[in-house]
Amino acid sequence: MKIGIKTLVIALTIAFMTGGFPAGAAASENLVIKGSTTVLPVAQKVAEAYMKERPDVKISISGGGSGNGIKAIIDGATDIGNSSRFIKGNEVKLALERGAYPVPFRVAYDCIVPVVHPSNTVENLTIDQLKAIYEGKVRNWSELGGPDKPVVVISRDTSSGTYEVWESKVLGGGRVYPGALLQASNGAVAQAVSKNDNAVGYIGLGYMSGDVKAVLVNGIKGSKETTLNGQFPISRPLFMFTRDWPEGKVVDFINYMLHPEKGQKLVEETGYVPLY
Amino acid sequence: MTGANRGSTEKIMRRFFFGVATASIALLTMIMVFLFTEGMPIFEQVSVGDFIFGKYWYPTSDPPDFGIFALIVASLAVTGVSAAMAIPLGVMTAIYLAELASRRVAGILKPAVELLAALPSVVIGFFGMVLVAPFLQRVFDMPTGLNLFNASLMLAFMSIPTICSISEDAIYSVPNALREGSLALGATQWETIIRVVLPASISGIATAVILGMSRAIGETMVVLMVAGGAAMVPGSLFDPVRPMPASIAAEMAEAPFRGDHYYALFATGIVLFLFTLFFNIVADFIAHRYRQVGEASL
Repeated sequence: MKIGIKTLVIALTIAFMTGGFPAGAAASENLVIKGSTTVLPVAQKVAEAYMKERPDVKISISGGGSGNGIKAIIDGATDIGNSSRFIKGNEVKLALERGAYPVPFRVAYDCIVPVVHPSNTVENLTIDQLKAIYEGKVRNWSELGGPDKPVVVISRDTSSGTYEVWESKVLGGGRVYPGALLQASNGAVAQAVSKNDNAVGYIGLGYMSGDVKAVLVNGIKGSKETTLNGQFPISRPLFMFTRDWPEGKVVDFINYMLHPEKGQKLVEETGYVPLY
Repeated sequence: MTGANRGSTEKIMRRFFFGVATASIALLTMIMVFLFTEGMPIFEQVSVGDFIFGKYWYPTSDPPDFGIFALIVASLAVTGVSAAMAIPLGVMTAIYLAELASRRVAGILKPAVELLAALPSVVIGFFGMVLVAPFLQRVFDMPTGLNLFNASLMLAFMSIPTICSISEDAIYSVPNALREGSLALGATQWETIIRVVLPASISGIATAVILGMSRAIGETMVVLMVAGGAAMVPGSLFDPVRPMPASIAAEMAEAPFRGDHYYALFATGIVLFLFTLFFNIVADFIAHRYRQVGEASL
């Protein structure tokens, strides 16, 4: 019995060292992606398509937020760190201290459009008006040039990435007032707005439909064009960071992500704005 | 079969059933331990008092606020209002089914009420969101139909079958001799039901009510879809609210693993667990305390 185990161990060691052990070979082709929950759905979709094309690569994806994604890049704990914001000065400093040189890749844009019920006559809202609405200071549509009806404020849950954009671009770091109706998804916001003629909400550009009416922001229509040329104020680029200039499977995946027919097509399907 | 063989079979069977019975206790204990270990770390950040009585729930702001007072009030309000609708409806239906209905009518009505319990909660939530909310808004001119009242109405739909069928069993099991005695003394059927049958079955009815309410307080999908989700203490019956289960369900997916927000959601789960535990203990207490033992104790 003892001899049997010994032979087995030796056989396995030889198999492993010569590369004949299948698990060892597969493990070397692993790709780890971590970070922003906003980028997560795109990354997941693109990774699935990529793995279908390259069955030898195993990609593991997790969330954790932009800060965690960049931290993992600096620590070398992941190959790609997703982030819904650019890297901060102190993070760059920390990275350089650790001998890392983070490289940003812009992979998509996030564009958030305020929406109202189709019957609402309000066409345009300024950022200041939106801020006043979401802070609970404006309670009636007549103050905004609409009918004499109460404003029902619909927002995303404060933990969602979409809310995060809204908080930074519209509320200027302030808080949505507690009386706002919080919905768990873009679809739920669209549903709630389409069923309530007092409501105002906001959804990703990819979730726009005929059931709700998009409102201009500072006179600018939220669209692919105004997002890409930077005119539309409630938008932001989404990034993937690598520790150094990427090589091998990492650069291959990034190229796939940026490919107009492959990764970028999936970006649009997920509800974000593609780069081209 | 020899005597020794029979004895050992007995022993094995007894051990087997003991194991099965303790498995559920072990599972419950494990879930509780998990719930508490994942929830307690938040109290290093905020005190228990600030957590339970804090007015603001902004788990992702910087600095965050972890106050679930509005969520607790929302859960209690939704449960209370739904109980106010479901108890009369459930108990009166039970009285009708057990005391008044002909066998044929009861044969149709009873399965129909029980079928209501078979409706998946997401279907009830969808019904409330797509049909009831716009209706309430249009007819009563409310700012929004996604509010405390709508959620309570949907929860009442869900707790009526529980309250009705357990109450009906309790009323049905009141010994016939009591009814016959009452009628023989000249009481009308109405007097018999109110003065004799209901008091005799009150422990069963109370248990039914509390089980129905504990179903309502823990229900997640309906309140997530219909209650509106505003984390504030409601000022009226038609304000949007955010009960505890809705908050946990909506935010858990986005909360960073083992971050403060994650711990706070588990701690909310602990509070919710304590509420349902309290309801169950009360139900158990009432069931034992006011149990109808025989016919003489009335």
